[in-house]
Amino acid sequence: MLLSIALITIYFRESSGGALHQVQSGGATVLRPFEIGADRVSRPFRDAYGYFAGLIHAKSENARLRREVDTWRQQATLNASAASENAILLKQLHFVNSRRFPHGYGSVGADIISQPPSALELQVVIGAGSASGIQKFDPVVTNEGLVGTVVRVAHMSSLVALLIDDTTSVSAIDVKTRAPGSVKAGSSFDHVGKDLRVDEGDELITAGWKSGELSSIYPRGIPIGRVTHVGQNDVDLYKHVKLQPFVNFKTLSSVLVLIPKNR
Amino acid sequence: MIADVAKAAAALFVAAIVQVTLLSQIDVFHGAPDLVLVTLVAVALLRGTIFGAAAGFGAGLVVDTATLQTLGVTSLLLTIAGYWIGRYGETTGRDRTHAPFISVAVVTVLYSLGALVLHYMLGDPVSASRLLVHALPFELIFNLILTLPVYALCRRLFRPPPSGLEEVQLLG
Repeated sequence: MLLSIALITIYFRESSGGALHQVQSGGATVLRPFEIGADRVSRPFRDAYGYFAGLIHAKSENARLRREVDTWRQQATLNASAASENAILLKQLHFVNSRRFPHGYGSVGADIISQPPSALELQVVIGAGSASGIQKFDPVVTNEGLVGTVVRVAHMSSLVALLIDDTTSVSAIDVKTRAPGSVKAGSSFDHVGKDLRVDEGDELITAGWKSGELSSIYPRGIPIGRVTHVGQNDVDLYKHVKLQPFVNFKTLSSVLVLIPKNR
Repeated sequence: MIADVAKAAAALFVAAIVQVTLLSQIDVFHGAPDLVLVTLVAVALLRGTIFGAAAGFGAGLVVDTATLQTLGVTSLLLTIAGYWIGRYGETTGRDRTHAPFISVAVVTVLYSLGALVLHYMLGDPVSASRLLVHALPFELIFNLILTLPVYALCRRLFRPPPSGLEEVQLLG
């Protein structure tokens, strides 16, 4: 017990480059082949389960997706027209953009190799670390949207705090109304003033702000989620906004870590 | 004794790897089975306090290393769990059929409470309702389901120590 308490105390007080962190990084590198081996052995079974589980809802999902495709096709045509118009206007105004996602960022793909065994931490370990150029606070995404942030880096692996973790907070804006706020634990869109407009079904993206030397760790434009509920009362200063993240964290198996190109 | 240490190390190492790679992905209202805890309870019941505490410390170290969590947190919780269940095994519980189930149920609840308190003390923003209301009931059920096969396997690996009462055959 004393040894455990001593470990916690030293680990907690030392910097991320301290001796115990280095030992843990080395230990994680040693354990990595076992974790990858176990993952590969189990993957066919998980894939088979996912295939048959998907079949249950396949028919209704197919009908829904067909309807969505029709909607998105019309939207894509409008967007393409708006994008070309936007590009012409930006050129005419000599507008200088800040760094945006996905331009200005490279990416490192990595599999999720382990997950904490407790419901307290909504964090995952990915199989890429400082050896691949990953640093603390690098944003993590999938093609669906924002996954989270790197919070601890070892040589060959990194710990990622998921968007739905209690420690994660992201500056965000409503795509349609431009209302700013912060997404907390992937479930609520906080600090949205009552005079601002947010509607159910609106999409939220990362705000990617910059103020002097300080800037958001997330680049602008990463999809976060869709608003599911909006409410307010006379007592609170802000609206009560709930959201559903785009990323399905239950089926997450691999991610992309964004790395600025000019770092 | 050395053979027991090797067998316990192998069993808990495999349990830890399976736990962090596979079982933690099972998510029913945030609840997942805890194979490391169930294996530790079985080992501690069969081998006693010191063995249980040492096994818990080692298993916790592997889990904390593999998941890049704060080193020592899981070790501390599993050391206490191993010692406590070892004590129960040494005094009353070892030969009772219901002992593994009672032990797993009680330790699962106390482990969750301990983890919650420890994370609060370390300043982590943790959700008590998610852990105790949503996750714990399902974790308890999963762990009780795992208890029978895991305890049977551990019983084969670790034969119970002699009770001290040997059969005496009178000659003559």
